[in-house]
Amino acid sequence: MTSEARPAVLTLRKRKRPGEAVIKALLFVAAALSILTTVGIVFELGNEALLFFRSQEASLAEFLSSTHWQPAILDFGIWPLVLATMTTSVTAMIVALPVGLATAIYLSEYATPRIRGIIKPILEILAGIPTVVYGYFALTFMTPLLRSFLGVGVVEIFNTASAGIVVGILIIPLVSSMSEDALHAVPMSLREASYGLGATKLETSLRVVLPAALSGITAAFVVSISRAIGETMVVAIAAGAGPKNFTFGEDSLFGYILNPFVAGETMTGHIVRISGGDLSYNSIDYNSIFAIGLALFVITLSLNILSRRFVARFREVYE
Amino acid sequence: MTTVGATDLSEGMSLDLNLPVGTKAEADSGPAAMETLYLNVFYGGFRAIKDADLSFADKQITALIGPSGCGKSTLLRTLNRMNDLVPGARVEGEVRFQGQNIFDSAVDPVELRRRVGMVFQKPNPFPKSIYQNVAWGARINGFKENLDDLVEHSLVQAALWDEVKDKLDESGYSLSGGQQQRLCIARAIAVKPEIILMDEPTSALDPVATLRIEELIQDLKVNYTIIIVTHNMQQAARASDHTVFINMDSNRAGYVVESGATGTLFTKPVRQETEDYITGRFG
Repeated sequence: MTSEARPAVLTLRKRKRPGEAVIKALLFVAAALSILTTVGIVFELGNEALLFFRSQEASLAEFLSSTHWQPAILDFGIWPLVLATMTTSVTAMIVALPVGLATAIYLSEYATPRIRGIIKPILEILAGIPTVVYGYFALTFMTPLLRSFLGVGVVEIFNTASAGIVVGILIIPLVSSMSEDALHAVPMSLREASYGLGATKLETSLRVVLPAALSGITAAFVVSISRAIGETMVVAIAAGAGPKNFTFGEDSLFGYILNPFVAGETMTGHIVRISGGDLSYNSIDYNSIFAIGLALFVITLSLNILSRRFVARFREVYE
Repeated sequence: MTTVGATDLSEGMSLDLNLPVGTKAEADSGPAAMETLYLNVFYGGFRAIKDADLSFADKQITALIGPSGCGKSTLLRTLNRMNDLVPGARVEGEVRFQGQNIFDSAVDPVELRRRVGMVFQKPNPFPKSIYQNVAWGARINGFKENLDDLVEHSLVQAALWDEVKDKLDESGYSLSGGQQQRLCIARAIAVKPEIILMDEPTSALDPVATLRIEELIQDLKVNYTIIIVTHNMQQAARASDHTVFINMDSNRAGYVVESGATGTLFTKPVRQETEDYITGRFG
């Protein structure tokens, strides 16, 4: 026995495992890389935007209050661009949320495995179509469709509604697949509890599974709305190629300012159009697109924070 | 090894003839709340329950015992058509409840489950408040009277009221495992079922919590017929009026070996198989 105990003590001695340390370092570098990238982007955005706000021609007060964006005459008010972005994004969410969520509930709670196997790949194809294709789909299909329904006089050739609807279609797969994951993660035992009390499938889906999955579904919504706000190609092609400047009092609120059927340029659409032209470095135009970029960043960040608050308040935690 | 198919009647018949006289519930058990007639349950091609002929006495506690995998949970889940939710599950034979075959096309499984409630193996409260947990079933079933009274009454019956009356707004998950299970019992009671099915309700609980649930079950039988699956023979002996012993054949199909008054079955079993099982010689 004693002769066996001696080597046992020796094997307890700490061994060096250099592989572990290398892997740990590599994983850390990978994680740090994305953080560094974010920091770099914020720094670059802030830096260039600062140049814009400090310049003679523009100011933060004007940027946040003016309803005209006309760089040619040095009008730099963000509101026409923000309103167009809001119009396309809200339209997109009106399309994507109900359809995406309904699809998710159907796939998670109702569909047989066979039907699921057919629908999911189709949704993935939808997600894989390049956005430029969606842009022309909006311009050459959705716009004529809207015009045939609502009248040529009502719907302009370039309009934010058509772009918004198509952005909505584009993000349906995102909403549905993330929501479905959240619904799917709700334990079967909760569904059984519900059925055991004499609940129907609909009651079980809407009043037990859906609330339990709320936090995941909200996350899906936030990712989707950020995607809608940031979507560029569709709005650049179909929404319009010039800021929808307006003056309160003069322009009709619902006839023009908030009317989705007239042309309008979104924040992303403007950035891509301006930077596509011959823009000289360090000009006020050049710096202005960073100010718009920073504004976009602030909007999506606030949405993220707000939704986290919302989720923390309303989510139902299951074990 | 022959596969047992739905058409293989001869084997089922011969087995039925082998059963001793008196396997049906005892004469003194009173009227039956529920009966099964030649009940066969299949999962795809696999027969999980073979020719179960059982009678569950009204306002009494019937325990289903048997080795793991013998189909006692399957049998229980057939009684309120919970097995409808399992893809490929299929039933032959009848389950009679209030003079009707529950598999009749005219029977609504949703309505059936409201009247034949269920408590599960692992406590599964909804991720809602204690109050909402109890009120939920009544709400979806269109309960129009005073919800507060119903919640209090159900929690009192489930012997949980005193422990939770000051924190009805807290999550059901804030309770201990035993309390959660009593909450689930309160939730089941709140929809006023006639029968409560319990699928190993104490297997996830500690001995003290287990004892409390067993006492609670005794109190509940005044108002409800209770059918309880348990893998714990002491529990069946302690807490039930009738016991059904289920075993599985060479094809892993569960069949009823013997059923009768709990006292008789545990002290003077008719079948050798039963004696072997309850004395711990197998299982």
